[in-house]
Amino acid sequence: MSNRRIKVDYMTRVEGEGALTVRIKNGQVQDVKFRIFEPPRFFEAFLRGRDHREAPDITARICGICPIAYQMSAVHAMEDAFGVEVGGQLRALRRLIYCGEWIESHVLHIFMLHAPDFLGYPDVIAVSKDHPELVQKALQLKKAGNEIVALLGGREIHPVNVRVGGFYRTPSRRELDELAEKLKPARDIALDAVSWTASLPFPDVERDYEFVALSHPDEYPFCEGRLVSNKGLNIAIREYDAHFAEQHVAHSNALQSRNKDGGAYKVGPLARYNLNFDKLRPIARQAALEAGLKKDCRNPFMSIAVRAVETLHACDEALAIIEQYEPPEAPCVEYEVSAATGYGCTEAPRGICYHRYSVDNEGLIVDAQIVPPTSQNQPTIEADLEHVVRQFMNLPDDELTKRCEMTVRNYDPCISCATHFLKLNIIRD
Amino acid sequence: MSDGKKPKLAVWKFASCDGCQLSLLDCEDELLAVAEAVQICYFPEATDTFVKGPYDVSLVEGSITTPHDAERIHGIRRSSKTLITIGACATAGGIQALRNFRDVKDFTRIVYASPEYIDTLGKSTPIADHVKVDFELRGCPINKSQLIEVIAAFLAGRKPNVPAYSVCMECKRRGTVCVMVAHGTACLGPVTQAGCGAICPAYDRGCYGCFGPKETPNTSSLAHWFGEHGKHNRELVRMFRSYNAYAEPFRAESEAHEQ
Repeated sequence: MSNRRIKVDYMTRVEGEGALTVRIKNGQVQDVKFRIFEPPRFFEAFLRGRDHREAPDITARICGICPIAYQMSAVHAMEDAFGVEVGGQLRALRRLIYCGEWIESHVLHIFMLHAPDFLGYPDVIAVSKDHPELVQKALQLKKAGNEIVALLGGREIHPVNVRVGGFYRTPSRRELDELAEKLKPARDIALDAVSWTASLPFPDVERDYEFVALSHPDEYPFCEGRLVSNKGLNIAIREYDAHFAEQHVAHSNALQSRNKDGGAYKVGPLARYNLNFDKLRPIARQAALEAGLKKDCRNPFMSIAVRAVETLHACDEALAIIEQYEPPEAPCVEYEVSAATGYGCTEAPRGICYHRYSVDNEGLIVDAQIVPPTSQNQPTIEADLEHVVRQFMNLPDDELTKRCEMTVRNYDPCISCATHFLKLNIIRD
Repeated sequence: MSDGKKPKLAVWKFASCDGCQLSLLDCEDELLAVAEAVQICYFPEATDTFVKGPYDVSLVEGSITTPHDAERIHGIRRSSKTLITIGACATAGGIQALRNFRDVKDFTRIVYASPEYIDTLGKSTPIADHVKVDFELRGCPINKSQLIEVIAAFLAGRKPNVPAYSVCMECKRRGTVCVMVAHGTACLGPVTQAGCGAICPAYDRGCYGCFGPKETPNTSSLAHWFGEHGKHNRELVRMFRSYNAYAEPFRAESEAHEQ
């Protein structure tokens, strides 16, 4: 019983591919390694010498799932460097496009990648055979998110309209009115999704995480705020490097981020939710409580329901932004270029995405650092796996393996941002 | 595809951002119809299902950047009746081909604290440099309507209707005022293959070439025009050296302006 070897060759329904090894000896978890084999793509290297205006287009290519997060972190960092303030309707439009990304990415994960775990299907296509209406509604909701990104960004993947200082072109009142008509039914679907996801059978797991997320005085965080945690962290974005450090370990091509004191921390929906519950739109807050979610939620498997709450929040906020929209006079704020270092951090659907750039007097990048959310969650994913294996050691191998896969999927890990090729090996010897 | 059985489809990934295979999942209106028409045998981003080959159609995303991947693509070719590459990484080496103009050891030292852990090739190369490719679908990312067209065409045994002309044609059709003529904005539209729908000019900016070179592009003429309108050589290098930097006409034009 205590010395078994379990091997799963491929972890599916995650973005990208990676590997996981769990070794159990004499009933004790010996070693957990979340392996990442994404071939290095060297973004931080080839950004050197590029124009600062190219950063949002280039860094979007790190990830097809959440390009807006990269674009927004990049433009905020450049604006920080040059002292540019983007306010009013341009700022609102940035929040709107971020709402679109949260909706499309969260719904992709909730229904197409994660829900099949809870329902016992291999994929969403199989789910659709038994629950066609559920899947049709999910696709409609996801499409609404994509339509926001497509209108404001030009296309869903690698949008072209985001630039330092604002946008290349702002939408007309009429274009947004048409969008609102599609968002209203989407908000209803999101509302149903909260109660549906909250009713799924969650394994009974609670962990004492250090949650790290942005916190803004008035809003549920997207692009701005201070970096806070439930363990006392409260810093400006530009202080990130003083508190977190990336480590390069032999078993992973993705750098692993930890606290300077070596502690693992958790970013993403659960962290945002726990640290910013009171800033959720009232409809989302109420739906969460009615569905039985507590304000304090430490069960990693309940992230699927928290994503639904955030999807509802994003639909509602998008509608509010559209309602008060007046086309601004100019699509972008003018600015002067000078040699400087700038810092940006925004809330990608799966957690904070940190960028730091130094630019020269001509606005060319001389140094870049980018820390995607999955790199930051990696040590916590390993710790979760260790916890789950220990807690459910007595399950048969196939069930324990499924539970491990779910544990990884709780993070909606974007392995392309950080990884490749996920192999799951549970070795009991 | 014979015996009335559904054709077998597989989706493979190499070095990439996942965006092109995501295009399939972003086909919200067509996804279930596609799933009806084919048997999805291998698509790890979307499903646990794994059905052994051979496959009727393989979609390949991403470029070859490691010794392991340079081997892996041959097995995929052997198990695929039709192999279609999707996106700029798979058809031109992608953004990660920017390493091809430098020493990758320098890049490794910049990004990684322990370069000895990293196993990578000096160049990022398209799939067609390694195996025979039956069709290349361009774009960074691909256009999902074109993807549906290509899949439909192969299922029907016909040639995909994907144009090789320039983005300018799409601009004209869309009724967009030319950003170069009207505003003097540098635009790669005249030398870039259509497919995106000419988005950038419609959003008041110049095309940046994410669909790669069109058939018979006159890049040097366009670069000359840019030069006359104040673009320096190093800006021209950057313009041609982005998401399709290693596509031959763009590579040659960028090198022509390098000091």
